[in-house]
Amino acid sequence: MTEQTTDVEKRSDRSPVPSGWTYAPAPESTDIVELQDRYGLFIGGQWVPAKEHFTTVAPRDESPLAEVGQAGPEDVARAVAAAREAFADWSRLDPSQRAKYLFRIARILAERSREFAVLESLNGGKPIKESRDVDLPLASAHFFYYAGWADKLEYAFPNRRPKPVGVAGQIIPWNFPLLMLAWKIAPALAAGNTVVLKPAETTPLTALLFADVLRQAELPPGVVNIVTGDGSTGAALVDSDVDKIAFTGSTEVGKAIQRRVAGTGKKLTLELGGKAANILFDDAALDQAVEGIINGIYFNQGHVCCAGSRLFVQESIYEPAIEKLKRRMATLRVGDPLDKNTDVGAINSREQLSRIEELVQAGKDEGAEIYQPPCRLPEKGYWFAPTVFTNVAQSYRIAQEEIFGPVLSVLTFRTPEEAVDKANNTPYGLSAGVWTEKGSRILWMAQRLRAGVVWANTFNRFDPTSPFGGYKESGFGREGGLHGLEPYLTFDGAETFGG
Amino acid sequence: MAKAPALPRGFELPLKQRLPRIGSIDQVAVEQRAGELAKRSIKKEAKVWALELALRCCDLTTLEGQDTPGKVAAICSKAVRPDPSDPNVPSVAAVCVYPNLVPTAVDRLTGSGVKVASVATSFPSGQSPLDVKIDEVEDVVGMGADEVDMVIDRGAFLSGRYAKVFDEIVQVKEACGDAHLKVILEVAELGTYDNVRRASLLAMAAGADFIKTSTGKLPGAATLPVQLVMLEAIRDVYEETGRKVGMKPAGGIRTSKTAIQYLVQVHETLGPDWLTPDLYRIGASSLVNDILMQLRKEKTGAYQSKDYFTND
Repeated sequence: MTEQTTDVEKRSDRSPVPSGWTYAPAPESTDIVELQDRYGLFIGGQWVPAKEHFTTVAPRDESPLAEVGQAGPEDVARAVAAAREAFADWSRLDPSQRAKYLFRIARILAERSREFAVLESLNGGKPIKESRDVDLPLASAHFFYYAGWADKLEYAFPNRRPKPVGVAGQIIPWNFPLLMLAWKIAPALAAGNTVVLKPAETTPLTALLFADVLRQAELPPGVVNIVTGDGSTGAALVDSDVDKIAFTGSTEVGKAIQRRVAGTGKKLTLELGGKAANILFDDAALDQAVEGIINGIYFNQGHVCCAGSRLFVQESIYEPAIEKLKRRMATLRVGDPLDKNTDVGAINSREQLSRIEELVQAGKDEGAEIYQPPCRLPEKGYWFAPTVFTNVAQSYRIAQEEIFGPVLSVLTFRTPEEAVDKANNTPYGLSAGVWTEKGSRILWMAQRLRAGVVWANTFNRFDPTSPFGGYKESGFGREGGLHGLEPYLTFDGAETFGG
Repeated sequence: MAKAPALPRGFELPLKQRLPRIGSIDQVAVEQRAGELAKRSIKKEAKVWALELALRCCDLTTLEGQDTPGKVAAICSKAVRPDPSDPNVPSVAAVCVYPNLVPTAVDRLTGSGVKVASVATSFPSGQSPLDVKIDEVEDVVGMGADEVDMVIDRGAFLSGRYAKVFDEIVQVKEACGDAHLKVILEVAELGTYDNVRRASLLAMAAGADFIKTSTGKLPGAATLPVQLVMLEAIRDVYEETGRKVGMKPAGGIRTSKTAIQYLVQVHETLGPDWLTPDLYRIGASSLVNDILMQLRKEKTGAYQSKDYFTND
């Protein structure tokens, strides 16, 4: 305050305010999770010992969590046989009874959500706020949603006489272990199928804990079987006597699976990689758009198949948009996944970390400009700072290949036509985002973008009622919504075909 | 402080070409972001730090028809020494009163470090002729108010007469002299976040030292998303002009937990520079006792009965 001019004495200045506000650590306690030293395979409602085991670790500090069974082809065959045996009764069960089991599972998951959230963050490395606020509520919601369909299939597909397919082999990824389990198991069971589930090699623990939910729900033995292991276990499942394969994972493995099931008559759905375009028009609500772009790429450390990993900015707002983006990146809190204030957690595995590092190096070599906000990464564990590349050309590897990490590539465009053209210029087609205040432009863009999901003025929003899936090399078949039931049903008179 | 130029066409802002537009706010997204920030877990020493800061930033307010010199004297004592049993508890930033009670407050607070703020410009409606408003501002400043809390003319704003709103603020600012000007937008009457952003930029362009959410006279006063919209406007003005404008949410902030949520938002939107009573205030009356109760709980480990904290 400047010199005073009135005749009243100015009140003296106050004591100085202490500076610096550091949030104290706010770790979620891990006491709620009880892990066994060693897990077998969950087959026919029993724990069956495995011949070989491997260790699963916590990516935040590489500490071992448990020994997990490595299922071989014989174990897989036994699991499929158990599912086949259970199918006879389960598929003929009064549909309202199937619904009852699914409702139970949904409710138990919600009740035990803290336990599952902690274990998910511990084994997968994602921030507890995400497993607590996104993964668990959505997983439970998926079971609730499909429980509702179980006795209404005739209404979902009128005059088509839907019937279950049989035994479904389901192979899920490590980025949303429990949520992907829910996406796979809930519709399969609602439609009257039985399943053999293969969790990802690095994140088997929530699936194994889920077996305890099945016990609590008194699900008949063999309806859900869980076999853990590496890629060879997944391959054995693909080759086994199942009627359907549902796979979520990389495009490379997806192609291999498609080759193996060709000519076998097995139904197949694939949900594969992506390189989503987030398209920012100059009339967008800028601060909220930046928030959505941040969420689009740094949510779950970028381990999201539909991550908005390519940002297209209209050139007229390039500078303010990039400034805002960088400033917002600097406020991201990277660190212990179990701290409630962590925004970006640990990279899932050493292998994935190497892949991210390799592609980021390629981006630098090709001439893109890199920015990483200053942040102190823990010494132990697998970490990668949030990264943005500017001056990226469409031909660079970081604009073409899926990085599956916290790395954003920024490109520019001038007109809506150019934005559509560049956004579609990729082998993938899983998702896209459009940021504009103009409703008509949203619809115009959505009609032209070749992507399974187009979000407008938001990103990474999921709901059990909404179908999800890809175009082109991002896969085929839909999960979620009414569409998500179809891959698990056959229809009278209809040929079975892939998808 | 540089005076904002009076603009011929009223609603063009003295911002550089780079942001030629007022911009807009996406309601769903801004509410989502505010909701996420509200989930920060602030514990132990970080919590004590925040509580003491919240206390230092309080504008302890009484704006009732039944206010008397006695009532104002009581809250002035509370403002200087909120917790008589603990001299380490800092005093609040200011006491905020009606014009007639400014002399009492000045008398009680001289030498204490606690500022005197007065509402003016026909608070709370602002529906009076401009010369009446200017006279009122000159009166309260003459009586020794350090800070003036004015209301914008919502009638003019909502009917699109932005130039009138702008001119009024410019003239009030002039009448304030050295007194700090807080401009109350009364967000509950503005209806949309877009309007909150517009009014914020308008007030800052016209010379506001602080922008303030509400009079406290309406339900639906300060909310977290509204503050976020205003903080982002403040940030844009700072980025474009280098000028730091203060923020004051008022109305509805009654608990320590809520106050900490507001501070977290400031911390993560504008950064640590704004975490000072010079740039951040909370307009409140019942909040102070809740902070005192929480502070004592952090020190002693136990909650004490409300009877151990004075009602003023």
